[in-house]
Amino acid sequence: MSVKDRLSWDGVRRAGAQLTTPLLPDDYLALVNPLWTTRELRGVIEKVVPETEDTATVVIRPGWGWRYTHQPGQYIGIGLQVGGRFHWRSYSVSTPPRRRGRTLAITVRAMPEGFLSQHLVNGVEPGTVIRLALPSGDFVLPNPPPARILFLVGGSGVTPVMSMLRTLDRRGTMPDVVMSYSSTTQDRMIFRDELAELAGRHDSLTVHERYTDDDGMLVLEDHLDELCPDWRERQVWACGPGPMLDAASEFWDEAGLEDRLHLERFSVNFTGEGGEGGTLTFRSSGKSVEIDGATTVLEGGEQAGVGMPYGCRAGICHTCSVTMVEGKVRDLRNGEEFAEPNGSVQTCVTAPVGDCTFDI
Amino acid sequence: MAIADVKEYTHLTAEEVEQLGAELDALRAEIEESRNSKDADYIYKMIRLQRGLATAARITLGVSAYHRRTRVPGAVVGGAMLGVAKILENMEIGHNVMHGQWDWMNDPEVHSSNWEWDTAQPAEQWKHSHNYVHHQFTNVLGYDNDIGYGILRMAREQKWHPVNLGQPLYNAALATLFQWGVALHDLDLEAIRKGEKDPKVMKKQLKQIWQKGRRQAVKDYVVYPALSGPHFMTTVYANAAANVTRNLWSYVIIFCGHFPDGAMHFTEEQIEDETRPEWYLRQMLGSANFEGSEMLHVLSGNLGYQVEHHLFPDLPSNRYGEISVRVRQLCEKYKLPYTTGPLHRQYGQALRTIIKLSLPNRFTSGDREDVMEGQMEVARGRKSAEQLGSRRPETGKYAAAAS
Repeated sequence: MSVKDRLSWDGVRRAGAQLTTPLLPDDYLALVNPLWTTRELRGVIEKVVPETEDTATVVIRPGWGWRYTHQPGQYIGIGLQVGGRFHWRSYSVSTPPRRRGRTLAITVRAMPEGFLSQHLVNGVEPGTVIRLALPSGDFVLPNPPPARILFLVGGSGVTPVMSMLRTLDRRGTMPDVVMSYSSTTQDRMIFRDELAELAGRHDSLTVHERYTDDDGMLVLEDHLDELCPDWRERQVWACGPGPMLDAASEFWDEAGLEDRLHLERFSVNFTGEGGEGGTLTFRSSGKSVEIDGATTVLEGGEQAGVGMPYGCRAGICHTCSVTMVEGKVRDLRNGEEFAEPNGSVQTCVTAPVGDCTFDI
Repeated sequence: MAIADVKEYTHLTAEEVEQLGAELDALRAEIEESRNSKDADYIYKMIRLQRGLATAARITLGVSAYHRRTRVPGAVVGGAMLGVAKILENMEIGHNVMHGQWDWMNDPEVHSSNWEWDTAQPAEQWKHSHNYVHHQFTNVLGYDNDIGYGILRMAREQKWHPVNLGQPLYNAALATLFQWGVALHDLDLEAIRKGEKDPKVMKKQLKQIWQKGRRQAVKDYVVYPALSGPHFMTTVYANAAANVTRNLWSYVIIFCGHFPDGAMHFTEEQIEDETRPEWYLRQMLGSANFEGSEMLHVLSGNLGYQVEHHLFPDLPSNRYGEISVRVRQLCEKYKLPYTTGPLHRQYGQALRTIIKLSLPNRFTSGDREDVMEGQMEVARGRKSAEQLGSRRPETGKYAAAAS
């Protein structure tokens, strides 16, 4: 039924486009209601619910074209116009997926240097229309979930895990879950009450809270055996600050159990292995710039004065993608090279390996 | 007369030229820094207004066609509204968005890399022939195809040919069919005539033009008229009138940009080793403004501020008015000409040039201000065709001749 609906709607759009070319019918419908377009997905901020002093849950009602089929643990892109300029960032969805849902939510911590997060937590008005990017990411639970799970969570890394726990709770399929959750203080711990309530209802869910200002950091070598003696038999999902994830990655590597560890990074750790650098040529704008192998294509384009699109600047949201007519780039996250002519390149996480030409 | 050395022509020292460049760079940085949500609101308002007007026009045309008493007034009013909507779309919105004036908003829907405009020329080709070739090589003879659009003889340096006698007629045809003339612009008719065009590129471009142009024509001359049922032809006439109105208007505005008497031409010597400040100077001397009400500026895409647009093609058009005050002050400070005047005078001068230059030079006198004594085009001797070699269509530059 829904597939048939969508097909016929596409047909209507195609026919309508004869009347609106070079625009789409959506461009006119969005004049009536900004949510009536699937060209660039939109949403409306319904409310902002404070969670702790510096975090808030932002409830979003998406417009046309949105599918409530995200898997718990995935993130979405949101674009918000502040001072005339769109700022894009990616945030994990904290609500469980609901096929007939009307809203979804992200939970945001205001970072001192985080322009958009500050705005979301402290300033955004309900009713604000934002842009959305469909959910993605592979930090997800398999279906059915494994029998024994360990969640390693630090700070706002709780959001994707919260989405997973809420889903398990709602479906009544809570397996044996141990959660280690670190926060600097009790007050700053997001979803603390809800987690306590969940743990109260499910015998199979154990939450270990750790307040690092008083208790110090969790040291896996010292504490994990005590916290979760059977950690070797568990699938692990870890999300939090970079150093914590680096430590986890090293720890499970050494145990030879790296297959069991699933990581979600909120910020990109460039591996330091750059490209060789080269001259970037931007075809449409007729500009070019020579950059070294540690500078991203996006930064190079900005240096050259090209109006480069960008979003998260961390390789997540893909809004920075530009067609590379020819040349070769290296992905700074994993060192992989990419040289497909007329392929789409994520400019924010790639550096040139020799000269490259872009269609912008 | 064309200028071979803009620095000598303006009697500025190298230091003064540098200083002027620095002042213009600072002005640019200041405007860039101050772009804010008011600017964003401006372009969104324009887009909403334009789409609303286009919708109202189409509805008026469609509905009025069914009643005998409303058919004619409906066609007149609807056609006029559609014409204005098309003008807004092409001038203030399409032209400016595709220049990247609104890229700073980081909005994928109002971005030069995604925008397609409501005329026959594909955006991709326009961004090459206009944004790149015309704006980079502004008014340089042999490089800038906007001088006469490959059809008209617009500079005394261009060789006269008997075919130029028909110029007033070609001009009228160009004005009426302007969007189709523009559509063929990036093809570079002159390169095709000389057999220098890469056939593969030509085929690709022709295909793009055909696809885009067909969609445009089918919309106005088949689909919408069909919605008017038995009064198919009424809507065809109204749509044709709207298209012609837009064509005439954009033609007039564009010819006022570089063809009034004060706007200078340049020879290729000028762009050899041209510095950024010299490039600024060439833009200032080669462009011409016109004056008028705020409404006139909006309808002309703010191209009445052609000098400012050529200095800063990618700054938001709604800021050109305030930029012009500063640019005029700089022109006074450095004793540079600043060409401006009422729209009718600017166009009148362009038209006079078109008519005059249909005749050989010996029958007419030049209206453009004479370039200073002895420093005219031949300061260092014009290069021969052999020296210049073949023109590279992708840059408009001449490849060095084989030695």
